[in-house]
Amino acid sequence: MIYLTAMLAIVRRESMRFVRQRSRFAAALVRPLVWLVVFAAGFRAALGLSIIPPYQTYITYEVYIVPGLCGMIQLFNGMQSSLSLVYDQEMGSMRLLLTSPLPRWWLLLSKLLAGALVSILQVYVFLAVAAGFGIVLPGWGYVAVLPALVLSGLMLGALGLLISSTIRQLENFAGVMNFVIFPMFFLSTALYPLWKMAESSAILRDICAWNPFTHAVELIRFALYLEWAPWSLLWVCVGFAGFFGLAVLGYDPAYGMTRRKG
Amino acid sequence: MTLTVTDLGYSYGPKRALDGVSFALDPGFTALLGPNGAGKSTLFSLLTRLFVTREGRISVAGHDMGTAPRAALARIGVVFQQPTLDLDMSVAANMRYFAALHGIAGREAARRTARALDRLGMAERASEKARDLNGGHRRRMEIARALIHDPKVLLLDEPTVGLDFKSRQAIVEHVHGLAGGGLTVLWATHLVDEIHDGDRVVVLHRGRVLAHDRAGALRAGRPLAEVFMDMTAQEATA
Repeated sequence: MIYLTAMLAIVRRESMRFVRQRSRFAAALVRPLVWLVVFAAGFRAALGLSIIPPYQTYITYEVYIVPGLCGMIQLFNGMQSSLSLVYDQEMGSMRLLLTSPLPRWWLLLSKLLAGALVSILQVYVFLAVAAGFGIVLPGWGYVAVLPALVLSGLMLGALGLLISSTIRQLENFAGVMNFVIFPMFFLSTALYPLWKMAESSAILRDICAWNPFTHAVELIRFALYLEWAPWSLLWVCVGFAGFFGLAVLGYDPAYGMTRRKG
Repeated sequence: MTLTVTDLGYSYGPKRALDGVSFALDPGFTALLGPNGAGKSTLFSLLTRLFVTREGRISVAGHDMGTAPRAALARIGVVFQQPTLDLDMSVAANMRYFAALHGIAGREAARRTARALDRLGMAERASEKARDLNGGHRRRMEIARALIHDPKVLLLDEPTVGLDFKSRQAIVEHVHGLAGGGLTVLWATHLVDEIHDGDRVVVLHRGRVLAHDRAGALRAGRPLAEVFMDMTAQEATA
């Protein structure tokens, strides 16, 4: 009960924070929409797509990149939470959280869940706007994608948490953009299917296949079309466990990188 | 003894920040007096388990920070040097958030929040945003919040930094009042005018305890500032 009380309070606080930051919401929405409307329109002609699972017919490029853009929203959201964690550390409210008598892993998990929920909210708004542009997915797909989004949101949030435990200053955050977000996004199946990647380079294809973000995107893609992606599911779960485990270690005062000049 | 620190040591790489620090505190007001860089913040980080160390022990109301950290933390209230209020949340919401982090929810949280605000004479400001409070009130609120789970020990790390003289004085008196009511208070500062003659003082310098006594006994008729300057200067030349 005590655990739940703290978790609910953390989730409520993060959601309120997000609701207050309307500009953040707008930015989170505009980014994928620009990709969908501008980028996809340009690429549509250049990129031929064959029929690959889970699709059962030919699809336009816009339809192809929708799951990738859902993943992108969650990726950015995970990094944004990580940014706010670094800010919290500088400002002291993280200290408040960490001096709670509840176990740290629970507090951090609560933070992650809060971040995942915020990202899911954004994804649904994005899907609604995409539907307005005529990209309508199978009706039950909107429901089936929810557990997939929870998992992928947790995994990407855990990655953000792990990064926040290793960087100490907001200034270092630009590096995260360059070395985490961009490679993860571009070296995944978000923008082009794996076989397309294989045509240009076998190494790139392998990197894509190993990239956990690829599996987050595929999990979302298959769920949207009411299909299973067991391999991606496993990958996302393993990714979550790994990132979260390391992040908890990073925030543990006995091992972690919270040791610094105070 | 509600707070016992035994032979505590901590290093940042080769730099020794704390070395063999020991003291034991009963309920009442104790000032942790030391110049900047004396190791006060490091000590506070250890007392709140933001850092851990293998050297020495910390015990809070009989609970060992090393072996039973959660029981020990549950008995500590902390006011950090940096403000930790969420400025966009209301005064009451800030209080309730903190209560929830300690597992207190619902009616009990509301009751404790109301009690804490009442004690501060801020009951009618409960729905105002923390941003609308002045610096002094924000600090008082943080102190009230740190007490919401009824801790045995209250730690304050230079809580008057950045406040004007009047707010500073009000907070010093307020916390002395709390200590008089049976709370064990450890107040880190480098400002001697915040210390009363009846207070205990732990003088910390370069990571070591130089003295631990009543302020009145320590200064022996001289101004405390002078005694403190002498003590730290002697140590510096020694």
